[in-house]
Amino acid sequence: MLELKNICFTRDNKKILDNISLELEDNKFYVITGPNGSGKSTLAKIIMGINNQDEGQVVFNGKDISNLPINERANLGMGFAFQQPVKFKGITVYDLIKLSAKKNISKKEACDILSKVGLCAKEYVDREINSSLSGGELKRIEIATVAVKNSKLTIFDEPEAGIDLWSFNNLIKIFEDMRKLTKGTTIIISHQERILNIADKIILLNEGKIDKVGEAKEIVGTILAKSNCCKLGGEV
Amino acid sequence: MENIDVELLKEISDIDGNIEGAYNIRKNGQGIERKITENVNILTKTDKQGIDIYVKENTKFEFVHIPVIITESGLKDVVYNDFHIGKNANVVIIAGCGIHNDHHKDSEHDGIHRFFLEEGARVKYIEKHYGEGYGTGKRILNPVTEIYQKDGSSLEMETVQIKGVDSTIRTTKGVLENDTNLVISEKIMTHGEQFAKTIFTVDLNGENSSTKVTSRSVATEKSVQQFESHVTGNAKCFGHVECDAIIKDDAKVIAIPSITANDIDANLVHEATIGKIAGEQLIKLMTLGLDEKQAEQEIINGFLR
Repeated sequence: MLELKNICFTRDNKKILDNISLELEDNKFYVITGPNGSGKSTLAKIIMGINNQDEGQVVFNGKDISNLPINERANLGMGFAFQQPVKFKGITVYDLIKLSAKKNISKKEACDILSKVGLCAKEYVDREINSSLSGGELKRIEIATVAVKNSKLTIFDEPEAGIDLWSFNNLIKIFEDMRKLTKGTTIIISHQERILNIADKIILLNEGKIDKVGEAKEIVGTILAKSNCCKLGGEV
Repeated sequence: MENIDVELLKEISDIDGNIEGAYNIRKNGQGIERKITENVNILTKTDKQGIDIYVKENTKFEFVHIPVIITESGLKDVVYNDFHIGKNANVVIIAGCGIHNDHHKDSEHDGIHRFFLEEGARVKYIEKHYGEGYGTGKRILNPVTEIYQKDGSSLEMETVQIKGVDSTIRTTKGVLENDTNLVISEKIMTHGEQFAKTIFTVDLNGENSSTKVTSRSVATEKSVQQFESHVTGNAKCFGHVECDAIIKDDAKVIAIPSITANDIDANLVHEATIGKIAGEQLIKLMTLGLDEKQAEQEIINGFLR
């Protein structure tokens, strides 16, 4: 469903992605992991069109989307959850859910989605997405707005970043539930062993190159064995 | 009333058909319709243009509409409206001015509104300004609002100018006594070569008086906006002023905040932010499928809501 062909990306004379080629299948749950600075987030942004590759091709369901803008990729069926959710002034949670769903979604339906990400819906649906919300709350709202889009491919960029341990435990549950609820392919950029464990396949990046691609069990074992050189699971 | 009048009224006061409560409609410099109620009396001033509105003490909850419409090109209308709000009365006052100018002469309305709140009175004041028409004549509005609050009273003012006003200088002044609260929220959008200036002056004279002034504005094309605020704390009080502007194209925004504390227990805050739409906000909405123009519009709509 998604094919990356020889993706290269260089900034400030540093090769951030070096000839990445990958093929992802339908309805699978992928985790892209690797040490800090290995190019994970850059790769996610290139898939969505937020960053543009210097060389290479992105093919989505047989269509070359290498030069398509973000919104056209979104309309072809891609979704993206930001590492740091964006805040707005005046735009409410309900507004964003409606924009994402692309249809006239009722308040009750919006509340149902918020409940699925563990938020007491009534308290949140009319709140502005601004700095009055905590990091954990913003993260869940971000996940809700992306989930409601029902994308063929959904990318989560480090969903665990910047949230506390309590919220993190809930977050894992949300992803486990989402696996059952949502269709399509999911890519999660993550450092977290517990997220790695729920993946169908793990893609390990190192210094801008693909180090390994394989089943979760096999790769997690390799990573943990090498954990002195790959910093995993440190921050939360 | 003609069709144009009905449309203008809808724009500025959401009046559509029946009007609830007392009202006075002014058109092209003259009162054309009025209704009073048991608790709200409206009298025409005898020494100058305008009306006196009297709200009886202990009035539970009533609406007062005082819209102004101008369809005559070249008219300069100055009107003095005084609101006398009795003790413990609770009212919603909806004012506004709509100008339709299809000709080359300038049309101007300067409304001078004074509010006298007795002890314990509560007022919500909504003001909407709107201009339309294809003529080269300018649509000018210079509203002056003066608010005098006695002990325990509160006033919440919402003022909106989203479309079609070429030039405006909006002056708002508040004088607050003990245990009073004044909340002002202003929303402005300018385009073309429009000019909008707002000046807020609030004197917190009483113990435990407080004010919150919020201005959100969007300046586009070659328009110019100027925001001035002067809050003075003369007692144990709290004042918060927030000016937040989005700037686009070749627009210009000037913010001049001033806070003065004349008492050791005066707690005054001012925040002013001017900037373009954040790139990350545009990107977020684009990941939901909106193109850049649609994303920008959604951000502005939310900001000015």
